[in-house]
Amino acid sequence: MNKKKRDWRKRYAFVGLSVIIVMFAAAIFAGFITAYSPNETNLAPEAKLQPPSREHLLGTDDLGRDVFSRMVYGARISLSVGFVAVIISVVIGVVLGAISGYYGGWVDILIMRVVEIVMCFPRIFLILMFLAFLGPSIITVMVIIGVTGWTGLARLVRAEFLSLKERDYVQAARALGASDFRIIFRHILPNALSPVYVSAILGVGGAILIESALSFLGLGVQIPMASWGNILTSGMHYIESAWWLMLFPGLAILITVLSYNILGEALRDLLDPRLKGYGQK
Amino acid sequence: MFKYIVKRLFLIPPMLMGISLIALLAMHLTPGDPASMRYGLNPEVSGSARAHLKELYGLDKPVIVQYGGWLKRIVTLDFGDSFIDDRPVIEKIKERLPATLILQISALILIFSIALPIGVMSAVKQNSFFDKATTFLVFVGFATPTFWLALLLMRFFGFQLEWLPISGMSPWYAQDYSLPHRILDLLWHLILPLFTLAFTGLAGISRYTRYSMLEVIRQDYIRTARAKGLKENKIIYHHALKNALLPVITILGLTLPALIGGSFIFETIFAWPGMGRLMYTAILQYDYPVVMGVGIISVFLTLTGILISDILYAVVDPRIRYE
Repeated sequence: MNKKKRDWRKRYAFVGLSVIIVMFAAAIFAGFITAYSPNETNLAPEAKLQPPSREHLLGTDDLGRDVFSRMVYGARISLSVGFVAVIISVVIGVVLGAISGYYGGWVDILIMRVVEIVMCFPRIFLILMFLAFLGPSIITVMVIIGVTGWTGLARLVRAEFLSLKERDYVQAARALGASDFRIIFRHILPNALSPVYVSAILGVGGAILIESALSFLGLGVQIPMASWGNILTSGMHYIESAWWLMLFPGLAILITVLSYNILGEALRDLLDPRLKGYGQK
Repeated sequence: MFKYIVKRLFLIPPMLMGISLIALLAMHLTPGDPASMRYGLNPEVSGSARAHLKELYGLDKPVIVQYGGWLKRIVTLDFGDSFIDDRPVIEKIKERLPATLILQISALILIFSIALPIGVMSAVKQNSFFDKATTFLVFVGFATPTFWLALLLMRFFGFQLEWLPISGMSPWYAQDYSLPHRILDLLWHLILPLFTLAFTGLAGISRYTRYSMLEVIRQDYIRTARAKGLKENKIIYHHALKNALLPVITILGLTLPALIGGSFIFETIFAWPGMGRLMYTAILQYDYPVVMGVGIISVFLTLTGILISDILYAVVDPRIRYE
């Protein structure tokens, strides 16, 4: 990759990161930037289902609640679900992938078979099977999205470990009497992290999409708690009349996921020298 | 070839054992303490359904017995009776399977007939406007919540323009239609769900085709073909495309879980009477045997798809011998 291309990648990464930071800032300081409480209803006929206006930037919903406020508070849910779910996936994927790649042998075979079996489940159906028994709540949704999303990461980390464990510095550490635990987490893992970052960032986008789909269908975050997905549910009920209920939450999801993906892809090109000029050959 | 298929089939029993273990794990999350039921839409209903489930699948027996029983159920496709109407779960699934398969298979055909040309074109004209535009669209496609796209299309084509039906498969009066009329009616209702479902796979497959084509174009035999003075069209469509398509077949297997998962969302939105919608109503009604049944069948569909794509790959690529 020449310098010009690298500069472009940096610009993409910067744009993606900035949007994400703005979103997080809005979610954290939700109380300061919204004029209404997200759950403040107003059932007067002239307050319900109002199109965007100066008073209600993004209009009001069927219970007269301010859509902008609900979107900003909903950002808290959607952003944190994506974040927490991916951290869970990363921890499981990294630990299992590292053990599998480092030890090899029957441990490796066992873990990789488990990965293959989990991959046979269409992820959404696996999530639904667990969700059906646990009942929908924001915590369950986070955890379930997390524990169903680690397989790709485990494979990735395993592949890294397979090649890294043969390196001289690993031999040296072993000769010095370092424990397996220390070799795995202190010596090899730091060198295997850049693909993990990339796929974690890309995974956040995926997790946000799943959460919004589940909440949209009433199986995720439960009303009255706002999430982008469940605002869209009322958008579907008023699909003919209230376009603003449908348009804005979807756009918010699209922009957030797009930013994560742009950041992830740009970082992949910047961090991983082996993928030099990936997609630009 | 035959040997390879047999070998591949031998991998299925251990897979089934693992799958049943995961399913059993899910069922064991039915705890007895009221705290965990707090989130259920109706704790009383969900509580009694859980007790009912315990009895049906013998969840109070020793784990080994449970596992054996469950494995047997999975192999014989006997998931018990629905809690709601007491009909065997497998019957209910059989009813719904055709609708899902129609949607899935036509989506696959649509995806490949759109994604392959796009991928090839953008590889051949690398860095052209077309290539850059599709790259951009693929990026947006990956980030689009597809259920939202479904809503937008519903509003635009269903309500605004009133061109397309927004839900269902065939209205009640379709019974009286002649066969060709019925097929047309089916296609008519298929357009919106089909388009949104196909959209989920489009971005990935076109991207992958482009990538694979770019690899092939740089091979020596393509340079040789060029040096011989062959026409560019012949080089691309005869020499390069065939080889570029091989890895795309494996991607077919990998796309299936996402596609089948997508059926859950779109069948629910478009009221398409398939398995995904059955799952949705079952979850809302705490109809656990149906939930487990549909979950397992979705795994079987994925497994079958992966098996087919593996075998297809071995058939078309003589270099693969799988000893």
